Amino acid sequence: MRGVKNLSYLGAGLLAAVVCASTVKADWLNFRGPQGSGYAAGIADTPTSIGEEQLAWKVPLPGRGLGSAILVGDKVFLTAASGPDQQQLHILCFNAADGAPLWERRFWATGRTMTNNKTCVAAPTPASDGERIYALYSSNDLICVDLEGNLKWMRGLTLDYPNASNSLGMASSLIISEKTLIAQIENDSESFAAGFDLADGKNKWKMDRPKAANWTSPTLLQIGDEEVVALQSSKGILGLLPATGSPVFNYGKGAATIPSGAAAGDQLFAPSNGLTAITATTDGDAPTELWNESAQRPGTASPIVIGAKVYTINTAGVLSCADRKTGERLWRGRLKGPFSASPVAGANGLIYVVSETGVLQIINPASEEENKVTGEYELGETILGTPSLDDGAIYVRSDGHLWKFGK
Amino acid sequence: MKQSGTFIAFALLVFIGFSPVQVRSESAILNPLLATLKRVGPEGEGNAEAAAAWEKITEVGAPAIIPILEAMSGSGPLTRNWMRSAVEAIFEKETKAGTAIDPAALETFFSNREHDANARDLAYDLLTKIDANEAASLIPSMLDDPAPPLRRLAVAQLITRGKSELAAGKKEASLATLNEALSAARDIKQINEIAKLLRGKLEQKVDLPKHFGFLSHWHLIAPFDNTGKEGFDTVFPPEKEIDLEAAYEGKESKEVKWQEYATSDDYGMVDFNTPYSPLKEVTGYAYTEYESGEARDAELRLGCKNAWKVWLNGELIFGRDEYHRGARIDQYVLPVKLKKGKNALLVKACQNEQEQTWTVEWQFQLRVCDSTGTAILATNRKPTPEPEVKARKRGAAAEEEK
Repeated sequence: MRGVKNLSYLGAGLLAAVVCASTVKADWLNFRGPQGSGYAAGIADTPTSIGEEQLAWKVPLPGRGLGSAILVGDKVFLTAASGPDQQQLHILCFNAADGAPLWERRFWATGRTMTNNKTCVAAPTPASDGERIYALYSSNDLICVDLEGNLKWMRGLTLDYPNASNSLGMASSLIISEKTLIAQIENDSESFAAGFDLADGKNKWKMDRPKAANWTSPTLLQIGDEEVVALQSSKGILGLLPATGSPVFNYGKGAATIPSGAAAGDQLFAPSNGLTAITATTDGDAPTELWNESAQRPGTASPIVIGAKVYTINTAGVLSCADRKTGERLWRGRLKGPFSASPVAGANGLIYVVSETGVLQIINPASEEENKVTGEYELGETILGTPSLDDGAIYVRSDGHLWKFGK
Repeated sequence: MKQSGTFIAFALLVFIGFSPVQVRSESAILNPLLATLKRVGPEGEGNAEAAAAWEKITEVGAPAIIPILEAMSGSGPLTRNWMRSAVEAIFEKETKAGTAIDPAALETFFSNREHDANARDLAYDLLTKIDANEAASLIPSMLDDPAPPLRRLAVAQLITRGKSELAAGKKEASLATLNEALSAARDIKQINEIAKLLRGKLEQKVDLPKHFGFLSHWHLIAPFDNTGKEGFDTVFPPEKEIDLEAAYEGKESKEVKWQEYATSDDYGMVDFNTPYSPLKEVTGYAYTEYESGEARDAELRLGCKNAWKVWLNGELIFGRDEYHRGARIDQYVLPVKLKKGKNALLVKACQNEQEQTWTVEWQFQLRVCDSTGTAILATNRKPTPEPEVKARKRGAAAEEEK
């Protein structure tokens, strides 16, 4: 049985490799990149060291934000919010080569903009299908523009659903699958998830969700030839077909409401009772629990799966590496924390993570040294946003700046 | 495609001077397109048509800016955003192309306070981008501007001046400047900053509840049950009738009656825990009668970290079942229509089961104002209660203890 699972895992990995190889350039299209899970096998040559020499450019931003940058072709897209009560919403586009601003669109928030001081209105990361940018804000404004900044549609989800908000702030990011834009608008009151038509923003489906604040973001599982979106909440993990919202599996043992899971093929490494590995099918059966390790409970940062290893960062800033098949801890080491941002990695397997105090760190899991931190750079600002990767480059943003390191 | 070409040709032919003839021509083209933007509705309705219209509007270029700004009047929040992004896209494109945008028409638009407040704010922003110094010269005229963002700029200038005068020891001048600023201020942070300055070295009393329009005098009744958060949807007697002399069965079958309550809090906080002591899993009601001098539009602005409902003249205005996620002034803005004469206001506040220290609060604050945040004071408004002076043992009393 274990052998069969290993084969399917290898098969999924090969399929992913073929898909990546057939793409001209692997873009970073949403929060935590491919599958919304932090690891991009198709992104090569990310920096092996970090410092002034690797700084390609740094540009000022007009407002606060902790949503990550996304990369489409030679452009970088980012959101921000400014003004009293953060009621001005921005979508920004920069030239990836030199950081030159290309265009900016601004909007007045139509929903409530109150958030806890630590977070902000531009907390969710936008998403792209390669042709358009879809931006969501804590005010539940959902805006679509094309790559040139032409407005294609706008939804004011709090206008449509007046009790859909969280006074601490909303932060769940968007993901796209099967020509459907998926959002978790989950809160204590009018809590829902929805799939939106990419063309005009109309609801393709909408479903009630647990009435509880939830800041996790959807991830994508590849189950056979089907993509399944995994929605995490305090109740557990619900698997849905993206285009219809039809449930295909339910894991009901509860899960965290801040760190999201990490998907790899048909497996999901979920912050549930510590860390729980499950494998899911689309036939309606409950997912199979592969293992559970209560000691590997992630803090705010989400876990990441790279090859045969799964990594978590706990609230004390300790990075743990575990065997993906068994959950057995292989090693651990203390980083410079604390962390709000999640780790990301490209094809070379180096892990990039940035602390709230602005220390960008590179971890080489293959290092023989006990201290596997191989690079460190102090950005000098509070950083809550997860880095983004592109071929040869890493992007980090604060409330005040966007940095590009690499080529 | 052919139509797009026509628009581009048209845009290239027109001079960006907004002559009457051009305005008529542009109106013929723009009006149906702007009308399409005005038809966007709930749940994505009209988005596809609006996107096509938006593209054609932006192809018109600079001559479209003023008509778009004018069209914002009476438009909904989504439409205003479609229009704003069109204006900014045009401005960005024209600026990059090196086209000089004539500020005169923008300034004329800006100066007319009948226009939409957001549109005027946007016009001012464009003026700033054209010539920041010239735009700044307009700021002193904005002190009584109906657009809150513009008024904020003028108040900020006065605060800076008042501080300078205070630092230079010119107390009288500083008092005059800061009182003028307070009178004009609608921004909460600015109001707080001014009040702090006035109450500090300048030793002036400031009636903040009156400035904001907070309602300070209420009748309270509690506790009714909220076990399992079911009180939020339970209809207790105050939702069926208002009889301030009545007694009802409350939580655990204990009798509850209305009692008068007045708050001296600067921000009008009505604290159920004060008369009832901290309780959990309970529901309380607050009732007041607000006399309006005229029938008019108004906003009830509420801050509350408990689950709540608000009724005006027996009509449920809104309710929200969120607990302890935070509160602030003007957290919820509820547009209402006030009747001339008596308006009955009922607030329901539910406390949940949480035991953490940050979940003790069982309170709300409510003010009545217009859409700019200007207080609308009731004709029957009572004086703001004087704050209780905390006993400080000084002089003889302190000496006696030694």
